[in-house]
Amino acid sequence: MLHIVACIKQVPDTKIIKMNPKTNTMDRSSAPAILNPYDAHAVEEAVRLKARYGGIVSVVTMGPPPAVKAIKKCIEIGADEGYMITDRAFAGADTLATSYALTKALEKIAKIRPIDLIICGKMTIDGDTGQVGPGIARRLDIPPLTNVKKVVEINKAEGFAVIHRKLEDGHEVIQSSLPCLFSVEKDINEIPYSPLPNMLKAARYQPHIWSVDDLEEVDRTLLGLKGSPTIVSKVWPPEKPKGGEQLQGTPAEQVDRLLEILLTKKELFAVKGGE
Amino acid sequence: MAEKFDVIVVGAGPAGTACAYTLAKAGVNVLLIERGEYPGSKNVMGGVLYRKMMDDIIPEFYKEAPVERHIVEQRFMMLDQESAVTFSYKGLEWDQEPYNNFTVLRAKFDQWFADQAVKQGALLINETVVRECIVENGKVVGVRTDRPEGDLYADVVVLADGVNSLLAKSLGFHKEFRPDEVALAVMEVLKLDKKIIEDRFSLEGNQGCTFEIFGDSTKGVLGTAWLYTNKDSVNIGVGAMLSGLIKHKMKPYELLDYVKNHPVLRPYIQGCEQQEYLAHLIPEGGYHSMPRVVGNGVIVVGDAAQLVNAIHREGSNMAMASGVMAADTIIQARELGGDFSERGLDNYRVNLLNSFVGQDLKKYKDATHHFEKFPHYFDKYIPMMNRAASQMFTIDGTPKREKQKKIWNDLGSAGEKFRMARDLFQAWRVMK
Repeated sequence: MLHIVACIKQVPDTKIIKMNPKTNTMDRSSAPAILNPYDAHAVEEAVRLKARYGGIVSVVTMGPPPAVKAIKKCIEIGADEGYMITDRAFAGADTLATSYALTKALEKIAKIRPIDLIICGKMTIDGDTGQVGPGIARRLDIPPLTNVKKVVEINKAEGFAVIHRKLEDGHEVIQSSLPCLFSVEKDINEIPYSPLPNMLKAARYQPHIWSVDDLEEVDRTLLGLKGSPTIVSKVWPPEKPKGGEQLQGTPAEQVDRLLEILLTKKELFAVKGGE
Repeated sequence: MAEKFDVIVVGAGPAGTACAYTLAKAGVNVLLIERGEYPGSKNVMGGVLYRKMMDDIIPEFYKEAPVERHIVEQRFMMLDQESAVTFSYKGLEWDQEPYNNFTVLRAKFDQWFADQAVKQGALLINETVVRECIVENGKVVGVRTDRPEGDLYADVVVLADGVNSLLAKSLGFHKEFRPDEVALAVMEVLKLDKKIIEDRFSLEGNQGCTFEIFGDSTKGVLGTAWLYTNKDSVNIGVGAMLSGLIKHKMKPYELLDYVKNHPVLRPYIQGCEQQEYLAHLIPEGGYHSMPRVVGNGVIVVGDAAQLVNAIHREGSNMAMASGVMAADTIIQARELGGDFSERGLDNYRVNLLNSFVGQDLKKYKDATHHFEKFPHYFDKYIPMMNRAASQMFTIDGTPKREKQKKIWNDLGSAGEKFRMARDLFQAWRVMK
């Protein structure tokens, strides 16, 4: 029986989010809140390992109360339990303070049921740092395995895991002791359409919600804005790429023109590092 | 083992949610299934929500619900190519609680309404499509969704699956609607600064106004255009009977472009930024098109039952009323020992037809068809009205008596005048 915990976050859908041109900050009201796509794959991998080895999948998140929705999404995917830490004391946290708060939550979850494996998404789509997973592993003093794209084996009896890590030009096979922490790539799995019983379970599910007072041995100076040494000095949207050409004419003419471009512009098909 | 509920409601629009809310409040174990990402994400209407029905369900809902503006002015425009005759009523009695009606954005409002049903104890699942009703021994006993392990059972299934109601159709309750039974509406939500809206439409605070636009807005085809004010956006749309669009080979989005660029309407939306583009079918066949609404273990509500009063642009209120009546019927049937057969649920049909919903549909049963048969109301009489107004109000030294004579002559020959009188009489007859 494995106890796998996935760390998840609710994020604004950055595919459609708008930037406030005056303040150069994200206009969070302009985009719906979704489960961070990488985290969905983390939960799915945990659910698959549960199917393979038996066990329990928990998810944990830090966020404002509406983030319950993200936990429910994880229940739809197949998680069994959801834990949320929510408190004003956590607000304004950078990755350092976030990993500290999540570590405290994980320590509390481990007291309920010892944890064998922690799985995180590779990064969030609103922060793009990928620092929280390794941060948690460092604080818990367990091996961080980043860019995991395949789990070969989890052997609890002998206390090891074998995985593939994605590299620029291939992958490496790594064996690690358990417990450890994976942060996973999107291509580790595909998330299937959830079965109806999961949907009903998610609709009824009420997660465990903890405030800072529910956590033990917390150094409050390491939480939230106070515990965040990161300073964001400037945010700006990337410049829109210039150039390009809009094809005109009848559909047939446009296709001809497109073919001509594709056949003459060899640089479109150049492979990085040669043929 | 598939789960069983007391009632499954398919579709979280105004009809389905009103039904689920009423059932849950009475302690009935009800499941509400929505195909969209969240309730409202796939729902479209011009944008006016009437207070009365909603207020009956959740008293003083407007204090908490995400309504945009309360309407204090309704304008009716008879549009010609470069002119308009407008009739308007602005009443400050509508500027105070409990208000008369509101503009709403359905994506926000429906979500809020469904949340209230959940608070009452209804279970809501999104992103799930009901493929068919499960029928056993001539009785609907559940639904089959598109999800794995997707069967669910219930004593009663309420079909609130909207205008196309594939579910009611698959049960044989109605055939594919004819093009003269449905209107196609397209609409844009245009972002506009709050302050500009208030200046442009002479509004204060949360006051709102609505325009209903007839005539050239649909280039003579039976239909209307509309312009409604939200908090910091306006809805502009146009809808016309599908049969008319087909006959005149018009594309709805071209019609909307025409309306947006019409010289009389253009100034109202100048400087807007397009936010959303929506299109939807509206069931406008009225009383004659109403399908069977009750079967063994099944009730049809809202748009799925064609409950729209096209003449008075009412639909969501009728939908809610039908949802509540369906819920009341089910609650009563449960109390009476649980006869959910067609006979046991027939009270819904009876109550529906006796309510304002049935009565209004009956009253206007020939209106849409009448106006469609006689297009000159739109392509002839409205331009005539505009010419008459222009004559009357242009000061050019012509004596008024002569002007009246010109207007009279503009009505055409004696035969044409007779035909016009007959048309107006008939219009009055179908509307009375």
